Amino acid sequence: MVAYQYPRPRSSEITPQPLFVSRRAVLAGGIMAAGLGASSAFAADGGPDNVAAWPAAEKPTPLNDVTHYNNFYEFGTDKSDPAELSGSFKPTPWSVQVDGMVDKPKQWDLADLQKQFGQEERLYRMRCVEAWSMVIPWNGFSLAALLKAAGPKVGARYVAFTSVVRPSEMPGQRGGLFALKWPYVEGLRLDEAMHPLTLLATGVYGQALPAQNGAPIRLVVPWKYGFKGIKSITRITLTDQQPPTSWNLMAPEEYGFYANVNPAVDHPRWSQASEQIIGEGSLFRSARKPTQLFNGYAEQVAHLYQGMDLRKDF
Amino acid sequence: MPSSPSPRRKRARFSPVTRQVFLYLFFLFPAVLDIAQGMTGALGPNPVSVCLHDFGRYAFRFLLASLVVTPLKRFLGVDIMLYRRPLGLLAFTYAALHVFFYVVVARQLDMHVLWKDFTSRPFLTFGILTFIILAVLAATSTRRAIRALGRKWAQLHKLVYVAMVLASIHYSIAFKTWHVEPFIYAALALFVLALRLVPKQNRRKVGT
Repeated sequence: MVAYQYPRPRSSEITPQPLFVSRRAVLAGGIMAAGLGASSAFAADGGPDNVAAWPAAEKPTPLNDVTHYNNFYEFGTDKSDPAELSGSFKPTPWSVQVDGMVDKPKQWDLADLQKQFGQEERLYRMRCVEAWSMVIPWNGFSLAALLKAAGPKVGARYVAFTSVVRPSEMPGQRGGLFALKWPYVEGLRLDEAMHPLTLLATGVYGQALPAQNGAPIRLVVPWKYGFKGIKSITRITLTDQQPPTSWNLMAPEEYGFYANVNPAVDHPRWSQASEQIIGEGSLFRSARKPTQLFNGYAEQVAHLYQGMDLRKDF
Repeated sequence: MPSSPSPRRKRARFSPVTRQVFLYLFFLFPAVLDIAQGMTGALGPNPVSVCLHDFGRYAFRFLLASLVVTPLKRFLGVDIMLYRRPLGLLAFTYAALHVFFYVVVARQLDMHVLWKDFTSRPFLTFGILTFIILAVLAATSTRRAIRALGRKWAQLHKLVYVAMVLASIHYSIAFKTWHVEPFIYAALALFVLALRLVPKQNRRKVGT
């Protein structure tokens, strides 16, 4: 198991939230249930307080901003649409089909997933491809745990994810001549999917995921642009072929399969060198910071891309 | 055309210039409202982006409105020629706010990034060209400039048609996916521009 660190802010920087479950308690649960490399590393260093702090500016984004500034085109293209138009979305009951090149395909009930794999808190940076960012305390479990339980077959090289299609509950899926194609699909290489940082989140700030954030279960890949984090997942399929991904289908020259955060590779229509910090700054002074390669997780993930031309495989 | 007192006006309480100023100030209200809300936190998590986009849309609307004035008179006989200049100046004002929020607030005067933006990203190139035209037209909208330029003034101000086309393209390609709204705006813009192509002798037919 790889012992590694990922940079986190101090606990003391976390905005207190009502109902917020203690980080340590959640973390402990995660270790017991999952027993993953990531969790062991956390335990070994004596808890998050030992980790070198981020710059003071990088504190968690207020919950209200996390839940009211969303890209979730199934509900609409405005940032405020998901919070405003997701009222009729029903995240329960929910099941996730795990199939494809696995030894044990299974239809998981959401509650069983949570029971089997537990929940731990992960404070991650979230960098949107639109050059803004947040810092979000997610609750969830490593995708690796689920994939290990499913048993990837020899030859499986990619993981394909499928989101939900419910036009009656998701106004953005109705009509929409110019919209994305539904269902929203995403994909990872198997080694990316197995990386301990890759999270299946079922909560944020210690609460169940609100509909607008991808209820009831979503992907979080903190070193990639936010659109890789497919929401409201219904199916996870292992394949030997690189799966299609929604934004890449929409505009292949603007959105690659990898979508690793990279300040040196601009989006054709805007610079990726820096990012606006949501929840900070004021009307006449927006808060910005330089964007980091792999969103600051280079130490943990750069080895996955050795020998690759990140300009070509953007 | 310089504004001349309309024959339909009777016993106006305010002078034409006063009425022009009133109209201009009245339609600054959306900007004042956005800025006030942005400063008090009522515009949500990203007030900069709300202001940026709102002001861009208002610039488009007032540019469109200024171009409606002439066909309105020609085809429907409604004369609001007096308000063409303040409408044009409103378009410029909102465009200036839009550019200010992009260049100063969002991009924080990062010249390296801005240079690349305006020279290599088509939607921003179209945008900044539109703004340059509007700035030239606004600067030559004074009585003195109109008099000094004489015939050339009318020719110069035909650039407003170019600005309308550039703005339509800028808005249409500004999003990650194709949005319907910019195309509705662009269609309206094309319509008011196309009205200019109607030959004078046919006007009765089109007007009815």
